[in-house]
Amino acid sequence: MKELILVKYAPEIFLKGLNRGKFERKLRDNIGKKLEGIKVEFIHDSGRYFIRTEEIEESIKRISKVFGVLEVCRVREVEIDFNSIKEVALEKVKSATGKTFKITTNRANKKFELNSMEVSQKVGAYVLTNYEGDISVDVKKPDILINIEIRNNYAYVWSTQDATKAVAGLPYGMNGSTMLMLSGGIDSPVAGYLMAKRGVEVSCVYYHSHPYTSERAKDKVKDLAKILAQYTEKINLYIVPFTDIQMEIINKCREDELTIIMRRFMMRIACVLAEKYGINSVCTGESIGQVASQTMDGLIVSDDCSDRPAFRPLIAMDKTDIMEIARNIGTYETSILPYEDCCTIFVPKHPKTNPKLDAIRKEEEKLNIDELIQKSIENIEVVAF
Amino acid sequence: MEVYFDNSSTTRPFNEVIDEVSLGMREFYGNPSSLHNLGLRSERKLKECREMLARTINAVESEIYFNSGGSEGNNLVLKGVLKSGSHLITTPFEHASILNTIKKLEDNNVKVTYLKINEDGKVDLEHLKESITKETVLISVMHVNNEIGVVQDLDAISQIVKENSNRAKFHVDAVQSYGKFQIDAKKLNIDFLTVSAHKFHGPKGVGFIYIRRPNTLNPLIEGGSQEFGIRAGTQNIPGIMGMSLAAKIVNAAIKENYEKVFEIKNRFIEKLKEIDDIKINSPLNEKFSPYILNVSFRGVRGEVLLHFLEESGIYVSTGSACSSKEREKIGGSYVLKTLGLTQDEISGGIRFSFSEENKEEEVDYVIEILSKGLTFLRRIKK
Repeated sequence: MKELILVKYAPEIFLKGLNRGKFERKLRDNIGKKLEGIKVEFIHDSGRYFIRTEEIEESIKRISKVFGVLEVCRVREVEIDFNSIKEVALEKVKSATGKTFKITTNRANKKFELNSMEVSQKVGAYVLTNYEGDISVDVKKPDILINIEIRNNYAYVWSTQDATKAVAGLPYGMNGSTMLMLSGGIDSPVAGYLMAKRGVEVSCVYYHSHPYTSERAKDKVKDLAKILAQYTEKINLYIVPFTDIQMEIINKCREDELTIIMRRFMMRIACVLAEKYGINSVCTGESIGQVASQTMDGLIVSDDCSDRPAFRPLIAMDKTDIMEIARNIGTYETSILPYEDCCTIFVPKHPKTNPKLDAIRKEEEKLNIDELIQKSIENIEVVAF
Repeated sequence: MEVYFDNSSTTRPFNEVIDEVSLGMREFYGNPSSLHNLGLRSERKLKECREMLARTINAVESEIYFNSGGSEGNNLVLKGVLKSGSHLITTPFEHASILNTIKKLEDNNVKVTYLKINEDGKVDLEHLKESITKETVLISVMHVNNEIGVVQDLDAISQIVKENSNRAKFHVDAVQSYGKFQIDAKKLNIDFLTVSAHKFHGPKGVGFIYIRRPNTLNPLIEGGSQEFGIRAGTQNIPGIMGMSLAAKIVNAAIKENYEKVFEIKNRFIEKLKEIDDIKINSPLNEKFSPYILNVSFRGVRGEVLLHFLEESGIYVSTGSACSSKEREKIGGSYVLKTLGLTQDEISGGIRFSFSEENKEEEVDYVIEILSKGLTFLRRIKK
């Protein structure tokens, strides 16, 4: 009797009609990539996906981070023999915690002598007689749910308590690509995660203002990209020197418009890089109304500089909800490290919350936009995780 | 060119020290508590180190206890001496390992008096005199302040303590001064003295505390009877050997080194005259340690200037980190405020801290980069 891993796909994948095969193949490839270095065998048995491996714990840990996987369970592989099945079912009930149980059976192997109702009833009766202690059957809300699947070569038995919830979503790489503006704060890694979860390939761009921001701030952004890369495949981080642009803006533009003009430059550079590396869209961690630059007018004015869709997956989320996701995906602790650029030098005292497009465009005429962008892109640093 | 002007944070270990640590690991791996010869060999080595260190402060071997450094020493003294209801006198600009420990002790009904500071950064001796009561059990003072390098008059403080109390013990945090200034524990009537090896070219994670006999402190770490029961745990022999050698080297050259860094600080201050809009917070006189030069550059933030300098291989510290509220809370810039600095001067503060290994050419290089940096950073008014 051996243990296997049962991988349950997110049900959305099965709704893909003619594209279903493509999604499934991608998902299996992605799981394979995540398990690199571990010896595994894939078993596909009429709609069920199993993995046989010696390193069950580690494999489950990794598979549960693959987008498109709903749940991962440890299951027992049992010979197709009723006595063995009922023994394993009893064992499973014993090792679970709870006072009520239910047996549910799925018989794909129609040659098996009992039908699924009969299997459930007989195994249930066997458990009731042989369980030492207080236990009863509850078919509506059992504490312990034992699944029995009888298939062509083997039967499989598992308890729902052996299941690990996975991240769900859609297979990574199925839904185009985006250039995420990663800042080092709490929001942007969450935005990147949510896009990746829906199958969008993520690259990152970070604007570095040395000496106004420290090397430690840069390291922190690298750490965040590394954490994101646990969920995705290889992530490229583009580090763009931004000091000269900021200086030019400060020297030439109105103080209350510094922030919005800076954001427009960030948007432009993200688009230029996206174009250069064949990336479909850009993405930010903005949430409406969170800070002075994330007002409706502010977003409209910065969108003006984008030549492709600018996605903001957090737009309608509360900070507390964003923080909760950040904690769950493991970026929160890194995001709150105090290496934020300590310098308030670039933050105007009273930034405009309702910038108007025409006025901002006019203000920007004082700057040589193309040349500034060209110069900073020439000195870009690329790091892959 | 690499210029290390951050010697108050830590120092580069001497090459001889690195070799000594390595020798310690290779040859003295026996546990000094073991009964066999190998253990005995290590125990003898420890004794030798203890004797050497004791001589440097005019103490005896049994008054030297090895530990992990300054923070541990400071914790041991405060927690070991102060009980509920007892009274402590200290200064408002001590190291965090003193100030934060006090905060905890205050919850436990320990009374604390923070001494007033005169305009020159020295403690107000009159205030000290008035503050000593029957409940006063400890006076704890940092010899050389780590931020601007004010040197406290230990002789005068010790005198006042002795005249006004026969109960109060005297603790000196000598982390920034040991090996740089001559300290005579007996003459100064010191009861406790904390020292950290990495501030004088020794290894990190090792230090010692001098405790005048008879010792009445309770240990922080319970366990075996190492360090006369004051500090359980097998001794860090390689670290201790490295520390002892470093101590031997610096103590043999106190006067010579003092003159060397005095010249460096002197040249630095002279050269700073070329730079506008600055304030020297630790001038060149006997009230300040020559090892520390604290300067405010108006119109820039210290942290930004620091990052600018690091790009040219120059390593310094900020007077007070502008983002760090914590630092303000623990009193980091208290002394700067006392000296009458404005907020702008505090946030533009840089601490250059020297060692005898620094060279005068390095000063010229730093001045050159500094004036370049200030022109760049002062482009924008803020």
